[in-house]
Amino acid sequence: MELGIPEFCLVILIGASGAGKSTFAQRHFKPTEIISSDTCRAMLADDETDQAVSADAFDLVYTIAAKRLALGRLTVIDATNVQAAARQPLLALARHYHVWPVAIVLQTPERVCLERNVGRANRNFGDFVVKRQVDNLRRSLRNLRDEGFRVVHSVTPEHVDAIEIVRQRGWSNRKTEHGPFDIIGDVHGCYPELERLLLELGYSINLTPGHNYGFMVTPPAGRRAVFVGDLVDRGPDSVGVLRLVMSMVETGAALCVPGNHDDKLARALAGRKVKQTHGLAETMQALAETDEAFRQAVRQFIEGMVSHLIFDDGKLVVAHAGMKQALQGRMSKHVREFALYGETTGETDEFGLPVRYPWAKEYRGEGLVVYGHTPIPQPEWLNNTLDIDTGCAFGGALTALRYPEREFVQVPALAQYAIPKRPLEYNASQLAAQQENDHVLNLSDFQGKLKISTSLMSQINLREEQTAAALEVISRFAIEPQWLMYLPPTMSPSETSQRDGFLEHPAEALDYYRRAGVNEVVCEAKHMGSRAIVIICRDSTVAQARFGVFGEQIGVCYTRTGRRFFNDPELETAFLQRVQQAITKLNWWENFDSTWFALDCELLPWSAKAQDLIRKQYAPVGVAATASMSAAQAALQQTVTRMPESVELQALIAHTQLRQQAVQGYVDAYQQYCWPVQSLDDLRLAPFHLLACEQRPFYDRDHEWHMQTLAALAETEPRLFIATEYRVVDLHDQAKVEQAIEWWQSLTAAGGEGMVVKPKQWVVQNARGLVQPAIKCRGPEYLRIIYGPEYDLPENLARLRKRGLSGKRSLALRELALGLEALDRFVNREPLRRVHECVFGVLALESEPVDPRL
Amino acid sequence: MLLTLSTNHTPATDLGFILHKHPERVQQFELPFGTAHVFYPEASSEQCRVALLLEVDPVALVRGNAGGQGMLSQYVNDRPYVASSLLSVALGAVFSSAIAGVCKKRPELVEQSMPLTVELPVVAMRAKAGLGLVQRLFDPLGYSVEATPIELDPSQTASQHSYLSIRLSANLTVKQLLTHIYVLIPVLDNTKHYWIGQDEVSKLLRKGDGWLAQHPERELITMRYLRYQKSLASTALEQLLQATAPETVAQTEADDETATTEVRERQQSLHTQRHNVIVQRLKAAGAQRILDLGCGEGKLLRELLKDAQFSSVVGMELSTRSLAILQQRAERLPEQQRQRLSLLHGSLLYRDERLKGFDAAAIVEVLEHLELGHLPAFEQTVFGFAHPKLVLVTTPNREYNQLFPSLPADQLRHRDHRFEWTRAEFAAWAERVASTYNYRVTIEPLGPEDANHGAPSQLGVFEDAT
Repeated sequence: MELGIPEFCLVILIGASGAGKSTFAQRHFKPTEIISSDTCRAMLADDETDQAVSADAFDLVYTIAAKRLALGRLTVIDATNVQAAARQPLLALARHYHVWPVAIVLQTPERVCLERNVGRANRNFGDFVVKRQVDNLRRSLRNLRDEGFRVVHSVTPEHVDAIEIVRQRGWSNRKTEHGPFDIIGDVHGCYPELERLLLELGYSINLTPGHNYGFMVTPPAGRRAVFVGDLVDRGPDSVGVLRLVMSMVETGAALCVPGNHDDKLARALAGRKVKQTHGLAETMQALAETDEAFRQAVRQFIEGMVSHLIFDDGKLVVAHAGMKQALQGRMSKHVREFALYGETTGETDEFGLPVRYPWAKEYRGEGLVVYGHTPIPQPEWLNNTLDIDTGCAFGGALTALRYPEREFVQVPALAQYAIPKRPLEYNASQLAAQQENDHVLNLSDFQGKLKISTSLMSQINLREEQTAAALEVISRFAIEPQWLMYLPPTMSPSETSQRDGFLEHPAEALDYYRRAGVNEVVCEAKHMGSRAIVIICRDSTVAQARFGVFGEQIGVCYTRTGRRFFNDPELETAFLQRVQQAITKLNWWENFDSTWFALDCELLPWSAKAQDLIRKQYAPVGVAATASMSAAQAALQQTVTRMPESVELQALIAHTQLRQQAVQGYVDAYQQYCWPVQSLDDLRLAPFHLLACEQRPFYDRDHEWHMQTLAALAETEPRLFIATEYRVVDLHDQAKVEQAIEWWQSLTAAGGEGMVVKPKQWVVQNARGLVQPAIKCRGPEYLRIIYGPEYDLPENLARLRKRGLSGKRSLALRELALGLEALDRFVNREPLRRVHECVFGVLALESEPVDPRL
Repeated sequence: MLLTLSTNHTPATDLGFILHKHPERVQQFELPFGTAHVFYPEASSEQCRVALLLEVDPVALVRGNAGGQGMLSQYVNDRPYVASSLLSVALGAVFSSAIAGVCKKRPELVEQSMPLTVELPVVAMRAKAGLGLVQRLFDPLGYSVEATPIELDPSQTASQHSYLSIRLSANLTVKQLLTHIYVLIPVLDNTKHYWIGQDEVSKLLRKGDGWLAQHPERELITMRYLRYQKSLASTALEQLLQATAPETVAQTEADDETATTEVRERQQSLHTQRHNVIVQRLKAAGAQRILDLGCGEGKLLRELLKDAQFSSVVGMELSTRSLAILQQRAERLPEQQRQRLSLLHGSLLYRDERLKGFDAAAIVEVLEHLELGHLPAFEQTVFGFAHPKLVLVTTPNREYNQLFPSLPADQLRHRDHRFEWTRAEFAAWAERVASTYNYRVTIEPLGPEDANHGAPSQLGVFEDAT
């Protein structure tokens, strides 16, 4: 015999002492699902029959049950529960957590209970106790449903052994259905617009008079429509809409959740007294012209709908007025009411309409909630929720969301069928709802330990001191979080070279990738400047609308730690305008169908950003070292005229000469990267990644594509952009590998910093996990400004070769995962909090102590 | 780095005896941080010159000798090339007998004064201290001083660093000269020294015996030799002078640390004045639960805790370092005060539940440290979300900057200031914020008022108007 219960519910066992509740529970439920009052007594007083601690024991029962229910876990209460008063707190718990209370009554005869108790130690309470329990139980039985139990199962001794508990899927649980879906906003009787929308979405509609409500709709392969409810009222043909949607639901071409208008219609059809306002009267009138069977079908159709539906492993939730996270997947009157009406604050606005409680502002759920109910001019994303009611009946449009594509398909209303009490544009702000909401982030989302899930790494953990450091850096120095959609990962150098005179050499970088299973790499010349992220918008309205920043900004240029690159606002504007003009000339706005671009670049000269460093550190060291070495050399030269034979002196002179050359090399090296910046014309921008645009991030394109695409900028605007030289190298072709090394030698001999070796694909994973996205290989002269002028004297080099790269490399991978995740989230229009979390994470990781010379 | 010492005493080669270094040999000495070479560029009876060439090991400076932590964090560093405490240590090691005044073969030479010249080709100097300091240090000891600035890379003229080549001549014993040099090289160099410990005090006293106590710059020398370790320095001074002079010590320190462009807007008085006004305001308003947002070193917190009207005082600070110091100090407070204080790590750019429900917030000289682009978030967080009944905001008045003689035009008062507002700019901001977030605002001058330029600081008093 099968007893059905919802997969998530509160099971309350009812039975006298000795009725076999614990045995029953243990047979049918996991031990961890069962909360037994006896066990709780024992936990508190080391004696499961100690009645003196009963009150405390039940507090414990309720507390555990509450925690489990909050977490969405099926819970079984193993206690006698024979009196209504004992069941009442449990029913209250079920109501509070919006789960169904299920009663399983063990109707074991008094005689059997007594026999069992005799056999057990510590059950020496009088027989009258059991007798009273059985009486109570008998009296309770017929009232259980009135008490609030949604399912009541009775178990008699005859078939207790044959019972099987069957856990039934929750009504709203359609998590195994992954779509793709076309989610359609409030139709409100707008039949012509719905028909057009379906056609636009690729559905074919055949008329089948007299059969299946007169329609046969075939969706495009694999797709399914989901209606967010409010099919009826206000529009020209509510009956037509009902017929069409009911036919689709009947054949499985569509699913539908109920709207408040639909619900009210069902109640009216059931003969209940409802106010026939907001178009209901007209709908009822039109239905009156149909037949009774259809009216009953409509009523059943509406009554049979589930308040909300959860799809795609929980990633998509559809409900008419939305669904907050705590209620998703739960069942109660309150859940249904929330789905139909949302929450209100109890106030009314100037138009006499109830003020809605902004649940979406506080939404933090993983599942995208698509809903309607509140008409707005354009679909609006907010914290992973989306309102797609664009007020078709009020003369707006009927909107569908293609999921998972996240594309909108809209059909404008053919007429304004009703006048809204509150204009659609009311409350419309310059900023989108998400940006309005995001303008200030919540500290609690970023303080303490953080765990960030990314698509490349399942979880990145940040310690408290790391997040504290990030908070400090961001608050003191970073640009507005609205701009901060990406931070670049740190880059590791190649493994230390053992070649004479070299600390780094391309052979190791190339070898790293060969060993990692990469076949082709792209070697890019490394520009010695400063890392710069440039975000450029078509105009300032785009910056306001897409990024939510204020004022006339058209973009931003920031450093690898999120600081504004330029201190001079005029220079920044001129710089951004030049970038913007180049993109306009290349028609990128149209070609990429985007109103903004994000570029990852090197901005030259180094001295533009590092002026302070050069002034305070690099130049003085050069001066002091030069003066010091020449004084030493002069003293030695004077000595050698006196003591030409001294071997020790010869050796010292030779060594001093080496040092003097090293110092000269150092001065030459840092000066290469310095030139005065008087105006915009003195700046050079070398972009090497096209990070993202409105349509997509570009990290799935290979580096050759990036190089070629970005080279166009240098052709168009050579005053600012420089193209980066690069070579594609087949790692299995030894000649090519040699050529790459020779190229590096010529680059560095000519004063270049060195090169960056990247696998041709941006993101590469092998069996051991992610592969370094890039490895730098710096030239021997350049390294003087990193490791000091004399680093390459043999005695120094030998010791400097001892350096560990693993910390740096591990950071590089985690920062890569976070940076690309930030791009994804931004492009997917996720809430700022979610984007910020990733860049925050990069800065938190950057607070790790790693050798800064790597 | 190089040091040469020469004499034209007859016979000049006596120098070799005094130093225990044979003029016809090139010698080498291993030191913990490098190698010292001694050789004689000149060695005739008329003129003898000894050179000490110190090859500092640049890798060991950063990594330490045993692969541990070295003295420096940067390889690109002038330390291997300038006369610094390392050179003093080398002198002490290589010429130890001469410094101790021991010369077995020719004991009479130890006490013999002779014309001596020492040359230090590269000494690092702070631009301001400059040549004057060299003279202040060496003139009283009887040296004639020649100091020549070393030309910087022409493109980097604005550097604060400068280097001098120094030549000092005097008629002294070699021992005297070496002890002077030993003590005064680190004083000239005045960057971090790497030998600070209690025994440095005794070393200084030993080397300074017979001259330091009479030197007019003894406080400066002691302070700088002991690298501003006030406690060590005062121990040394005490022993030196048998008298405490903490005020002089503090002043000397302040004089020399003027390395930044920060302006001393008579810091003490203005700061205290600001806090007094804030405390009075809060008291008059009857506020009990107070937020000090951006509490820094906690000066205002301390004032607030003195008054029991303020039953709950919350200090929020962004810098974890400042906060850690505050927490340590808080533990030393009397129990009654400590219980009323809580300290939070937080940022004014993020909405923070913990800031809700307060009577008043003081935001003292914080605004100007925020990026302009962050102001909208700040406004929402403080005035919109936390919304205390009273908000007191102070910020510098830019117009007043003209009255600071040492502040170049167009420069702000502090390196970390992102902006400073005129009175009109602050008023416009305050009005807008007040009307957006439902406050009534009045603005008052803070500090002594100038007829044309107003007061150095300005206070906005925002009262909740709901």
